Amino acid sequence: MVDISTMNFFQRILYILQQYGTSYLKGAGTTLLIALVSTVIGCVIGFGVGIVQTIPIDAKRDSSGKRFALKFFKIILKVYVEVFRGTPMIVQAVFIYYGMSQVFHIQLGMWAAAFLVVSVNTGAYMSESVRGGIISVDLGQMEGAKAIGMTHFQAMLNVVLPQAFRNIIPQIGNNFIINIKDTSVLSVISIVDLFFVHKSVSGALYTYFESATIVMCIYLTMTLLASKLLNLWEKKLDGSDSYELVADHMDIGDQMRTIKAGKR
Amino acid sequence: MDEKKEILKISHLTKSFGNHEVLKDIDFMVNTGDIISIIGASGSGKSTLLRCINMLETPNGGQILYHEKNITDPKLPVASYREKVGMVFQNFNLFQNMTVLDNCMVGPIKVAGKSKENAKELALRFLKKVGMEQYINAKPKQLSGGQKQRVAIARALAMEPEILLFDEPTSALDPQMVGEVLSVMSTLAQEGLTMLIVTHEMAFAREISSHVVFMADGIIEEEGNSTDIFGNPQKEKTKEFLSRFRNL
Repeated sequence: MVDISTMNFFQRILYILQQYGTSYLKGAGTTLLIALVSTVIGCVIGFGVGIVQTIPIDAKRDSSGKRFALKFFKIILKVYVEVFRGTPMIVQAVFIYYGMSQVFHIQLGMWAAAFLVVSVNTGAYMSESVRGGIISVDLGQMEGAKAIGMTHFQAMLNVVLPQAFRNIIPQIGNNFIINIKDTSVLSVISIVDLFFVHKSVSGALYTYFESATIVMCIYLTMTLLASKLLNLWEKKLDGSDSYELVADHMDIGDQMRTIKAGKR
Repeated sequence: MDEKKEILKISHLTKSFGNHEVLKDIDFMVNTGDIISIIGASGSGKSTLLRCINMLETPNGGQILYHEKNITDPKLPVASYREKVGMVFQNFNLFQNMTVLDNCMVGPIKVAGKSKENAKELALRFLKKVGMEQYINAKPKQLSGGQKQRVAIARALAMEPEILLFDEPTSALDPQMVGEVLSVMSTLAQEGLTMLIVTHEMAFAREISSHVVFMADGIIEEEGNSTDIFGNPQKEKTKEFLSRFRNL
């Protein structure tokens, strides 16, 4: 048995990495997996809720049944958003994981519970971001779409949402980074994430500071990488600043061929 | 020339925003081939009238008959009506997320259900007509105001509308760009497109219109053919309004 009390700080870090390096990496992998999947699912939920919340209710044209259903549905969604934004995720995790089995006798695995809690939480935040993104798109875009005969839904899908999506990518990035960090609370339902590994290692060796240093570095690396990748994605979506003129002398047939040949 | 047929008949149309009555009992008709200019001071209700005709504003009362169907009836679908009654806006409202070509193709594909090939052909034909066929790969933000408005006209034309509404199409443009848009509109007029134009370009309205409607304070104060309204207006308000343009 090696005596780590005779080592200096850096030697201890090296020793921990040699002994538990793979555990940290596995923990980091788990953290990333939950954060990534839940952010994606959360975005889908957020878009769904945001779209429903911005459906206009037309007092003249909609039937009273449709109006009632829409209002009712909007209230339910509003309650969902407020409840999940307004309570800590750590409590939600415990509440859902243990509550499901005690009250409803549904045994959610801890993985299912983890994905569920983080997704639903992200969804609540994202739905407000999506709503904001939709509202921020110039009203004229919707009118332009309606003027060529699009329905509200078609205009949303083809014109407004693509622009709203571009505007809320920074918010998606925010949520992803928050999720990378906040999955650490899932250790309360025994998910072996990066923070759980830290607790185990520091508990076994009494090396709290050293292990925390390692974990800090890993978290920071993941979040920096994530924000860099998101920036690149944003740039790619914005496309190039220039465009090519189609030559004067071409007739329409030539242009059709050019368009077919070029990427669309 | 075909015999003139009634497209739109508007009767007793009213519209209020809160307590403010913007349109009071408007009556008028549009027949095929008509080129109607709606003139009047700002705030007289011209744009609101046009927006009501396109149902972007819901009228409070009265009827808008389109081929004798009352489109203010909540049971009739607005979207398919708008397909045939196109609109060109003051602020262009080109779809920012699409190229020039896609702007003109999305309507024919998604709304009219045309194939991609057909839609492309239509879009290119009308982009060529407005002189924008070179710019099909550009995004709206890369174009000048006049270019944007010409693309917007092509987008509306690609739906092959029966009537095209112009809501102050040159008001947001620099003077030098006004000309290029007006010349496109003149071409369309010569080709017999039915047009309803809200404009402050009096010289243009005088030259192009088959019928001129002068609005003041939410009512049609005076209407008639272009020569009569501009050359020999009868009502005081019309005279006063037009006197401001005498030096043109």
